[in-house]
Amino acid sequence: MSPVVPPPAVALGVLLPVLVVLAAAAVVLVLDVLPPRDSKAHLGGVALAGIIGALLAIVMRWGTDARAFRDMVLLDTYALYFDLVICYAAALIVMFSMDYLGRTGSESGEYYSLLLFSTAGMMLMASAGDLIVVFLALELMSLSLYVLAGFFKQRLTSGEASMKYFLLGAFASSFLLYGIALIYGATGSTNLDRIAAAAATRNAEPMVLIGLAMMLVGFGFKISSVPFHMWAPDVYEGAPTSVTAFIATGSKAAAFAAMIRVLVVALRGAQPDWSALLWALAALTMTVGNVVALAQSNLKRLLAYSSIAHVGYMLMGLVAGGGPGPGAVLFYLLAYTFTTVGAFGAIALCARAGEEAVEVSDYAGLARRHPVLAATLALFFLSLIGIPPLAGFVAKFYLFGAAVRAGYIWLTVIAVLNSAVAAYYYLRVIVYMYMREPDGEPVAVAPSLAGGLALTLAVAGIVILGLMPAPFADLAQVAVAPLLR
Amino acid sequence: MELAAFTLIALIALGSALGLILKRNAIHGALFLVVNLGSVAALYLTLGAEFLAAAQVIVYAGAIMVLFVFAIMVLIPGKEETGPDPRRPLRWVALPAGALLLAQVLVILVGTRGPTPVGSPAPGGVEAIGRLLFTDYLFPFELTSVLLLAAMVGVLLLARRRT
Repeated sequence: MSPVVPPPAVALGVLLPVLVVLAAAAVVLVLDVLPPRDSKAHLGGVALAGIIGALLAIVMRWGTDARAFRDMVLLDTYALYFDLVICYAAALIVMFSMDYLGRTGSESGEYYSLLLFSTAGMMLMASAGDLIVVFLALELMSLSLYVLAGFFKQRLTSGEASMKYFLLGAFASSFLLYGIALIYGATGSTNLDRIAAAAATRNAEPMVLIGLAMMLVGFGFKISSVPFHMWAPDVYEGAPTSVTAFIATGSKAAAFAAMIRVLVVALRGAQPDWSALLWALAALTMTVGNVVALAQSNLKRLLAYSSIAHVGYMLMGLVAGGGPGPGAVLFYLLAYTFTTVGAFGAIALCARAGEEAVEVSDYAGLARRHPVLAATLALFFLSLIGIPPLAGFVAKFYLFGAAVRAGYIWLTVIAVLNSAVAAYYYLRVIVYMYMREPDGEPVAVAPSLAGGLALTLAVAGIVILGLMPAPFADLAQVAVAPLLR
Repeated sequence: MELAAFTLIALIALGSALGLILKRNAIHGALFLVVNLGSVAALYLTLGAEFLAAAQVIVYAGAIMVLFVFAIMVLIPGKEETGPDPRRPLRWVALPAGALLLAQVLVILVGTRGPTPVGSPAPGGVEAIGRLLFTDYLFPFELTSVLLLAAMVGVLLLARRRT
């Protein structure tokens, strides 16, 4: 008989923020089958409490630099920063969901538990120190989101969104997995640090480069960069608006977190190669996103293309590299998350003739009937354009600055031209809200206490980030420091 | 020798994969998939991963394929019965072939009586994998269970009828 294997050290403290979220998901699942069976409103409260608990755990753990489970899980400031962004997005989305689901008559415990499961997956993507964990966490996040996209079963577009997202997502995941397998084959490890050490001696090995390209396809799908963006408009349009907000922010932040860590830590030796690839992807993504957005009449599709364009800007930061580049991306993600969650949340509050108000023309005359909501929505759009003194301006400023300092003048010129193009379609929505009169029934706004609170938080976020960005920019720089050792 | 085995098995795997995609008949496609999964299991064997090969056969070629064929039979009724069997005369070959197989199994069963060999665990064996699963890969193992739970909740949500 062989000797007993000593049990491995289990350091649950490193997992604390994720465990809090998963525990909340389990509690929601159990409470779902207990009375009261006809009202599920309290489950949203439980989910929110779980996310706030996770936020507290993140703040408590700030500054630690721990690793556990044989370097599979890392808890450094980088992971904690992303946990913060993801949990903020999740908290705001739960608040928007409470009344949104109640209004559409589809409240259920599974919604909140799946939302929490995908949140946990996203947080683990930011903490992953091993490609296997990257993949599993990505699948945990994606599987939950595939189901959530099809949550409105009575709506055909919702089912279509779910099916499309699932099929294309599975396809992209297999690319990622194939890339991981090739990199494992070339370097003999899936651990990020050991890959870096093994790859340092043999850089231009074709197997590493092919693996890198395949992983970029997988990540490129999740962040919806061109040419892997085809799913985004259909899924954003068909999915419940609250879920769309999460797909547009949380899943993007998580995919960026994993991608930046893999590129900057494990494949730092191949930086010239991936930097050149990302240059082309960035230019293509922002241009296609902005140009196609010009032609959209559906507000959710418009925001889908706008989010694609923003991914293009963020890829610039990765191209720029060094410390300031990724740091600017992290700051941009924070500003983008607040703005986009807020914009989708405001849309979720609006309805016209019993349907969700998703056409741009639905918003005609919103300013006269609901001046506060119109002003809020206008603020979000102005921030997305990048008008000072809002968060979007500062974020773009840091990002473009990092690119210029790294010598990527042409890429920055393309980005600035793109920002000018983007102003047109955002302003068009504002023109509709303020200067047009509705033909037929005007848009109605559902009263929602939690939704209002979430909107207030989002607006406060973009104004504070815009007015005093320095502490948050420092935070982002501190967060990328663990990657650059 | 190894290269020849690999080439042969890989060709079978690729051919059956193509057959799966190109066949219009769903049952034929499913049978090609069985061949494909079996040849991938054989590839695992040539790499010395016995456990993986066994798991592949049991889980994929066994359980999942039965489900596949079952679903096809249930969802496309009538398609599998297309008139009288064109290869009716071949039925007479079945009896001797079956008898031959039975004889083979009996010979093997009788011939391999004896003490089981004892040695250090093979690198691809069950023990080595179990060891890795509960030490180095404990966290991915646990994460997979969360993933399966989320998938289960999702399936229940999508499959449940709206009341």
